[in-house]
Amino acid sequence: MDGTLGNETTMEKGVLPDAPEASVRMSCRNIDVFYGEKQAIYDVSLQIADRSVTALIGPSGCGKSTFLRCLNRMNDTIEGCRVEGEIMMEGKDINSPAIDPVLLRSRVGMVFQKPNPFPKSIYENIAYGPRIHGLAQGREDMDEIVEKSLRRAGLWEEVKDRLNLAGTSLSGGQQQRLCIARAIAVRPEVILMDEPCSALDPIATARIEELIDELRKRYCIIIVTHSMQQAARVSQRTAFFHLGSLVEVGDTDQIFTSPRWSASRKVVRYLS
Amino acid sequence: MSDPAVSPFANERALKRLRRRRAADRRFKWYGRMAIGFALAALALLLASITTQAMSAATYHVVTFNLDLEKETFGGLKPDDPPPVDKVYGLVRADLLAQFPETADNPVLRHDLTELITRLAVLPVSRDIVRNPRSVGTVREVELPLSDDLDLYLKGANARHLTVPIGRVSAEEKDGILTLTAEGAYKRLIAAVSLEGMLAPEALNTGSILMTAGQSTLKVSTLDPSRITGSLLTGNLQDFGTYPVRARLITSPESERTVSDQQIAWLLALKAEGRVSRVPHWSLLTHTDSTQPELAGALAAIMGSLLTLLVTASMAIPVGILASIYLEEFATRNRVTDLIEVNINNLAAVPSIVFGLLGAAVFLGAFGLPRSAPVVGGLVLALLILPVVIIASRTALKAVPQSIRDAALAIGASRMQTVFHHVLPLAAPGMLTGAILGMARALGETAPLLLIGMVAFVAEVPRSPTDEATALPVLIYSWATQAERAWEPMTGAVILILLAFLIAMNGVVVFLRRKFERRW
Repeated sequence: MDGTLGNETTMEKGVLPDAPEASVRMSCRNIDVFYGEKQAIYDVSLQIADRSVTALIGPSGCGKSTFLRCLNRMNDTIEGCRVEGEIMMEGKDINSPAIDPVLLRSRVGMVFQKPNPFPKSIYENIAYGPRIHGLAQGREDMDEIVEKSLRRAGLWEEVKDRLNLAGTSLSGGQQQRLCIARAIAVRPEVILMDEPCSALDPIATARIEELIDELRKRYCIIIVTHSMQQAARVSQRTAFFHLGSLVEVGDTDQIFTSPRWSASRKVVRYLS
Repeated sequence: MSDPAVSPFANERALKRLRRRRAADRRFKWYGRMAIGFALAALALLLASITTQAMSAATYHVVTFNLDLEKETFGGLKPDDPPPVDKVYGLVRADLLAQFPETADNPVLRHDLTELITRLAVLPVSRDIVRNPRSVGTVREVELPLSDDLDLYLKGANARHLTVPIGRVSAEEKDGILTLTAEGAYKRLIAAVSLEGMLAPEALNTGSILMTAGQSTLKVSTLDPSRITGSLLTGNLQDFGTYPVRARLITSPESERTVSDQQIAWLLALKAEGRVSRVPHWSLLTHTDSTQPELAGALAAIMGSLLTLLVTASMAIPVGILASIYLEEFATRNRVTDLIEVNINNLAAVPSIVFGLLGAAVFLGAFGLPRSAPVVGGLVLALLILPVVIIASRTALKAVPQSIRDAALAIGASRMQTVFHHVLPLAAPGMLTGAILGMARALGETAPLLLIGMVAFVAEVPRSPTDEATALPVLIYSWATQAERAWEPMTGAVILILLAFLIAMNGVVVFLRRKFERRW
């Protein structure tokens, strides 16, 4: 674990373009996604570095959320959705029948666009994941996991006196941080974030961004965002999607200063 | 329009349009209120009509008897012996015959007299004697229900009558004919008779006039300004000299009534003696069905309905909920599931009597289950409400936001954990409502039960789902089709019992909903 890559993956790393400097956590090759007859993603190949933030940007409907959902097989729950190509994680294709999607999702956590805490207490929200995965050896252990997760999500100081309050009674930004705490409580290796700040005000957004920056020291984070500025602020690498294709990928600094492809150039120019 | 500085909403036409739109809003609001008012009025009318109809069945008249349970007659009864109905009824009969000696050598009158109390009215007392032999050897006071026709007479619903106080009279007897002389009696009578729209001489042809004093009653045969003559129905001449006299005008002829003048006279005598009292009609809840309205009760039907609902609930709720969870949360959408969905919707619209036919053919015919049993009724009703439960449960599951499922799946919960830990608690109130609504429908169903023989006359309280039983709506149906007038208020009373059950079930729903919703 902990980012040490198998021999096989290292081999691939050399073959694929745009290989990051740091070790590769997930490696996608020739991904096509179909919703029924309609193709949403065309031949996307992307490598995702460990302990860094990768931002997926692009206009609405360009398939970045769809791509994100491939990475923890959340597309399985969508009727008629079909994923082709291989997504390697630790030398195994996560779409192969040998991989249990339930186990995969405990390793690849996800935070959604709209905060969606369970309609239970704050404590229960965090404790649910560790409980179903058997990560805690009793009440004290669980208390520790809850506290640690809330601390890492920067929410502990705000809620430590009211852990029995409903998670839904928190403000939008707090709810989103609760969802992040819930995701990290099951000790994932990768955290997927699908426009985590789009429903939040600028202050709450700033807090989440700080948090993401903090979290990248431990996790591999992939974030879908509409906001170029946000991508520029939080990510180390950026992938630019357009009409279902990956048009440009590279270090964030490079994408925003000297984009190679005209569409990304247009967008960057529009923003600056 | 061309000038952008002038608002397009400032001119006269725009204001007029605004007024029209507001008026339309107001009109719509009033249509809605009228619709709700209409619905409430219809409900109030229904409840009021049933309640007024049932009111008179809330109480009934009983006659008090002191039964001397002699050791020679009732001694040596064992707990398994059949209840000594005939012996007890013999005591009642003897009591009545002794009270009214005019029946001594007239079998027709004796028969009429014993009609006051039905033979089976002593069944509960007889059973009690068998169960508690300690009462043997004592004089026991019992209250026996009055025959339904006389009960209705006292309630004013049968043989409409009018009472006029006459006051003191002087009375004399000659050849069995009584002559009463009273100042002003004739005028009072005539005044009362005119109020009823009859002339005095005709009153005697189309109806009856009875004169009562104390425990004695005479039937008027001629009316004169100064004298009233008639024959004594029961009692004696002395009473007319001692007690104030009341006249009773019964406007329908004796031949068209179910109670004779003679029976009214006896009843009035018993009443004057203080042996007739009006008591709450608890036997409606504690007795089983009977051919006599005054003895009939709904206990067997209540138990039958409860047992039937038990069978229905234990089949329809688990099957319906499992089916809806599978269809909504696990099944992939394809042609087969579409077909199943269409058929479930169609099944919900199938007339209930068809399910009765199915039950008769399959459960009785093919499986050989017992007729008239709650187990069969329960299974048929379960099939009947299954589509309703499935549709309601699926709607409740659909209403749970997808984001909750995503949240659970994304932290590695399995599909079943997602459904049972997160989706079901949120859908439970809706699913529960669907289940109870289905049960309420099952409680009110009549047609399928008729076809599987649950319309049988049941005199024993069913103890298990395989015993012969009937159900509340079927009891309403069978009582409503009876000819005797006394069944009418009884039917209303059973309808109220049924409504009380429904309200109780809905109360349970509200309670459970509150309880579940408090957990967010």
